[in-house]
Amino acid sequence: MSAPTITTTRPEHSAPGSALTQRRSRPGELAFRLAMQACLLIAFGVLTALLAWVLVKGWNRLDSRLWTEMPTGLVSRLDTAGVQSALVGTLWIISLVAVICLPIGIFSAIYLEEYADSNRWYNRLLELNIQNLAGVPSIIFGILGLGIIARTLGLGFTVITAAIVLSLLVLPVVIIATREAIRAVPQSIRQASYALGATKWQTVSRQVLPSAVPGIATGSILALSRAIGEAAPLIVLGAVTFITFNPDGLDSRYTALPIQIYTFITRSQAEYAELAAGAIVLLLAIVLAMNSIAIFVRNRFEKRW
Amino acid sequence: MSTVTYEPLHRRPQHQSEVTTVNHSSTTSRPAVSISAIADTQTAGHQATSTVPVMELSGVSVYYGAYEAVRDTSMPIQRKQITAMIGPSGCGKSTILRSLNRMNDLIPGARVTGSVTYHGQDLYAKDVDPIEVRRRIGMVFQKPNPFPKSIYDNVAYGPRVTGMKVDNMDDLVEKALRDAALWDEVKDKLKTSGLALSGGQQQRLCIARTIAVKPEIILMDEPCSALDPIATAKIEDLMFELANDYTIVIVTHNMQQAARVSHYTAFFTAEVDQEQERHGRLVEFSQTGKLFTNPADKRTEDYITGRFG
Repeated sequence: MSAPTITTTRPEHSAPGSALTQRRSRPGELAFRLAMQACLLIAFGVLTALLAWVLVKGWNRLDSRLWTEMPTGLVSRLDTAGVQSALVGTLWIISLVAVICLPIGIFSAIYLEEYADSNRWYNRLLELNIQNLAGVPSIIFGILGLGIIARTLGLGFTVITAAIVLSLLVLPVVIIATREAIRAVPQSIRQASYALGATKWQTVSRQVLPSAVPGIATGSILALSRAIGEAAPLIVLGAVTFITFNPDGLDSRYTALPIQIYTFITRSQAEYAELAAGAIVLLLAIVLAMNSIAIFVRNRFEKRW
Repeated sequence: MSTVTYEPLHRRPQHQSEVTTVNHSSTTSRPAVSISAIADTQTAGHQATSTVPVMELSGVSVYYGAYEAVRDTSMPIQRKQITAMIGPSGCGKSTILRSLNRMNDLIPGARVTGSVTYHGQDLYAKDVDPIEVRRRIGMVFQKPNPFPKSIYDNVAYGPRVTGMKVDNMDDLVEKALRDAALWDEVKDKLKTSGLALSGGQQQRLCIARTIAVKPEIILMDEPCSALDPIATAKIEDLMFELANDYTIVIVTHNMQQAARVSHYTAFFTAEVDQEQERHGRLVEFSQTGKLFTNPADKRTEDYITGRFG
């Protein structure tokens, strides 16, 4: 048997002597680049336009009246009106959501990631449900809260009812974010810990969780930011449209910024629209502040492997 | 000096008389085949000085689910000796290594049959606590994996989590780093992150971390495969030193390394059975000098002379 003769030919463009300096135009590359830039521009442009619009619209109301004064139903008194009761209500609710939702969400995630045997059908069912819950419309959670928490448990239209329902609403987000953060911790760290004779809980609490803190904090704060902007479930849960007192306990009636904004906007007078724009800026400022904390925490505690 | 005590898993045997064995046979009977690649570089293994087995494997098979990864392995691990496991990829040497301190427990579906004994006690008996096992039998991994903590905390972690009674943690950390030949390089920066060290230093930090809990046996899973030759030489030197106090089992892809550092060598290979499934098998276990110069099995000879693998 004779050896096969192999002849190779160089592709023409790489033939010796062909000019390296001759840049070829690649239309596909350019087209995709432009398309991606256009997408970014659209997203960013819309956001900027919205921000600019509320800033301009609410400019006259952006002062301390916003948080020192109560809302009013009387147009004649609008000059001295603010959204204090809604702001305080929102802060009450969001603090309670943090207290209720973060421990439950984080520990659920730890269980699912570190302890649960994913071969068991009930654990798989749990995972599937959590994924699905994250996609359930918030109004459904509102109706659930109305039926079970407000009526059956008899907690009524109170701060604690709103906080529990919003906690349930963002719980899947916290669980999913925490699981991602835990999963990002390299397996080699766990193995090293076990090989030194550490127990499971020691490994989780001293190695996995500290390493996952940036991801957990980011996910948690983004989840809280979502809760803070929710209006739909609160409408069902009897958030009051105008109250001139601040909530003073878990069983207090309440209103919240998104609800307040909604009720202002449904009014015909231009002054109300102005006040609503001011409240929107206030709400945005709170959300932006929370997201800044998330970014700060992530950068401060980020680990490189 | 720090004094460290902990409750034993069981009573350690009283000091047994160490039996000095005959030296290897490389001088008496050279095999016909050329083994120049191995034999020329060194004297093929240390003289084994002990035949007191601290661990015994008999008929050990390891399964991942229904798949039998390693089949029917029997070999001793001699006290204060370095035992090397060599063989081609997929021959199950790392799997066997992980079964020696129950790290396999962490892999879902992994199962060990046969018996692995440690001072005569079955490691897989129902009442044995795998946490306790790993406190006696430490492990160093292929890729250096320091914790994202300071150098000091990396070393102190083991003593802390195992609840060792430590009079002076500073002394213990220094001793462990000295024993791992790392102290002089890091003594001025104990508070910096372990991840800031070079790869070779990280691996010595991992060794320091392991010996800080005063194990009896140290398992090393290809500890030098991610390191350059200089760092590798340092780790090998360290292994010689450590063998004065510890029993070491090392998995390596590098035959020269096995020949250089170990007293005993186990050669594994992968076999294909009638159902076309691959299983790891122990082919030959003997003193390193004998295995590299006068292998009993044709497959060992083929492997060490570079005909396959």
